[in-house]
Amino acid sequence: MTSALGSVPAGSGTAPRPGGADPQLPVRPHRKRWGRTARWVGWLWVLPALIMYGVFVLRPLVLTVQYSLYRWNGIGTAQWVGFDNYLTVFTDRDLLKIITNAFVLIIFFSFIPVALGLLVASLVRRITTGPGGTLVRTVLFLPQVIPLVAAGIAWSWVLSSNGLVNQLLRAVGLERITRPWLGEFSTALPSVGVIGTWIMLGLCTILLVTGMSKIDPSLYEAARMDGAGPIREFFAVTLPSLRQEIGVCLTVTVIAALASFDIVYISTSGGPGIQTTVPGLEIYRLAFSQRQVGLASALGVVLMLLVLVCVLPIQRLTRGEKA
Amino acid sequence: MSEFSTRFTRRRLALLVPMLAAGLTITACSAPGSEQPTSEDSGAPVSTELGTDPITLEMYAETGFPLAKALADEFTKQHPNVKFNVREDQFTVIVENAPRVLASDNAPDIIRLPTMVDLVKDGLLKNLDPYFDAHGWDKFPASQLVQLRLTDGGAERGSGSLYGMGLGYSVTGVFYNKKQAEQIGMTQPPATIAEFEDLLVKAKAANLLPIMQFNKNTAGINFPYQALQNQYGDASQIADWIFQKQGATFDTPASLKAAQTIEKWAKAGYFPKDANAIDYTAMMGEFQKGNGLFMFNGDWESANLDKNMAGDVGFFLFPGETADAKHVAMSAPNTFGVGARAKNPDAAAYFLNWVHTNDKAREISVNVGGSHPGGPADLPLPPVADGTVLAETLKASQQLGADNGAVDFTANATGGIFAAAITPEMQKLIAGQQTPEGYVKAVQAEYEKELSR
Repeated sequence: MTSALGSVPAGSGTAPRPGGADPQLPVRPHRKRWGRTARWVGWLWVLPALIMYGVFVLRPLVLTVQYSLYRWNGIGTAQWVGFDNYLTVFTDRDLLKIITNAFVLIIFFSFIPVALGLLVASLVRRITTGPGGTLVRTVLFLPQVIPLVAAGIAWSWVLSSNGLVNQLLRAVGLERITRPWLGEFSTALPSVGVIGTWIMLGLCTILLVTGMSKIDPSLYEAARMDGAGPIREFFAVTLPSLRQEIGVCLTVTVIAALASFDIVYISTSGGPGIQTTVPGLEIYRLAFSQRQVGLASALGVVLMLLVLVCVLPIQRLTRGEKA
Repeated sequence: MSEFSTRFTRRRLALLVPMLAAGLTITACSAPGSEQPTSEDSGAPVSTELGTDPITLEMYAETGFPLAKALADEFTKQHPNVKFNVREDQFTVIVENAPRVLASDNAPDIIRLPTMVDLVKDGLLKNLDPYFDAHGWDKFPASQLVQLRLTDGGAERGSGSLYGMGLGYSVTGVFYNKKQAEQIGMTQPPATIAEFEDLLVKAKAANLLPIMQFNKNTAGINFPYQALQNQYGDASQIADWIFQKQGATFDTPASLKAAQTIEKWAKAGYFPKDANAIDYTAMMGEFQKGNGLFMFNGDWESANLDKNMAGDVGFFLFPGETADAKHVAMSAPNTFGVGARAKNPDAAAYFLNWVHTNDKAREISVNVGGSHPGGPADLPLPPVADGTVLAETLKASQQLGADNGAVDFTANATGGIFAAAITPEMQKLIAGQQTPEGYVKAVQAEYEKELSR
């Protein structure tokens, strides 16, 4: 049996656990007192962090839920509207489209970077342990270091009418398909997605490379002795061993996709039309430009729940076996 | 064993429950927001004296428009006891921040205002009527300040009490590249919309971009759109709609015809192909590089264009359907207001009066701001160099005043109309994703939605 804290089995008991009032083990009074103090001292140590957490995470969370039940412009008096704001979120056609956009971005922010990351990691695994390793890792990780705003600006130049992408296309005679990638209805969302892929790929690759370096080489040896080629090796050894790393990659990137804001705000501002508007951007617009704090809060709560709904199964799937 | 674990969790609970309770108490479960204290000062005496005590005026101005800072500096030079603490933000940021900044304890004395309606409703702006009387602003042409008036509680714009003044009064129209105009044989500005469209055809045929206009982030094509809308119908209908008058609607034949024309122009390739990917800064850059015969914009760019394209740019007010049609154009004060919780409202009003009446200040308004300085009708305009686009925009401004043709921007109708409807729907319209009928209906629907709140 494990206690609620998941601590060591309580029954092993040669050393009296501090404060653990196990009736079979006589505990000397002063030690008992010391133990009790120790626990409270422990709480004392985490108290500053807990207060910060309460004030800056729990309190805003509770307030957001509260605001979502009102019609409020942020300044004047608020009017109680119950679940009206939630009804709007789930029935407004534009808002539904905006939520869908976020799910499309998951493909670009999560699936593609993880898949590509696996490929790249397998290829560079040997290089990263060699002398040029630091260089390779730095280059791969660079997109993570660059501020998203800077990345957004740089990419909007690359994808503009006379940007690098179109210049390259013209150079190879593909003039016909050049276009303002971020300004056209059909290509805007995928183009924003590509920016996300670029940013997330480095993170995923580094995580996966690190995971690969922990795999016991004897497993590969065994596989090879059984006559497995590199592809079989990848599916039989590498992939299963990376279960947890893939889980972390997916969790981080799915949250990044659903909660995206910076890249979209900088590269397209949600346009053209509402083609690339994502919930994060809409929440900001609703709250600050349209001054519908209630509706913005409701959308915020829905977004939080969506993130949980998407991320919890990933956690369960990738943790399940090892825990 | 079980006793151990339950005791443990119970203890944890004993700690967590009060913490959570405390957390919830902090959040206070009462309704958010509060009634702002309504300014009780409307009857109180105001002073038109600046005094000699050292004071610092808090000013919240717009980035990229050096006029406010230039005027503040000149004011300090003339009145050394008054210093300015100028904070600048982009206009959209001011729009978003204004309510919170004005509601804070450190409310600015002088603030660049976005749409005023919500701010007046929340009691965040000072009613300037006492200053209007004290400083004798009744000597200004009434039309100059009409957009800055609101009825009680901010129900309607265009009448009622004064809540702002302009640091310059802007006019919009069409800038044109003189070299390209010559190339297609345009010797004088078009006198009718038909003539204007004729020039578009000629420019297209000459492989020139007829209209350089931005449409990314915010809808720049709303400039030509409203220019057409102003002429296709009764402009006072548009003004009523912007002022939120009862029963006013966007769904008019003029709005529809304007939308159809914009659609036609977009299909004909008169706008840049990637207009939805061009923002304001990019548009200015492209036009100055010689990309584009026309550009719909305002006189706030006059000084800039005179510097970067000296002698190569002209300006005209958008023509009507017939040559004798009266001139109508979007024209608005660069509105500045005084916070209801400002610490030095008398000095702020003194500054606003000074901006309109002091010779040096008027000169700065014209030369730095590029706009008409406003003020009493009998004060002469500061001289400007002939042949500059600044001279042309000033002339246009006077012409517009004579025709009484100033209309506010439709973008200012409500706080969210530009971001929530006009911009996305205009982006769709020029990309063929929205019909002209759909455009007009969508804008009106958003307007009704916002007014119903």
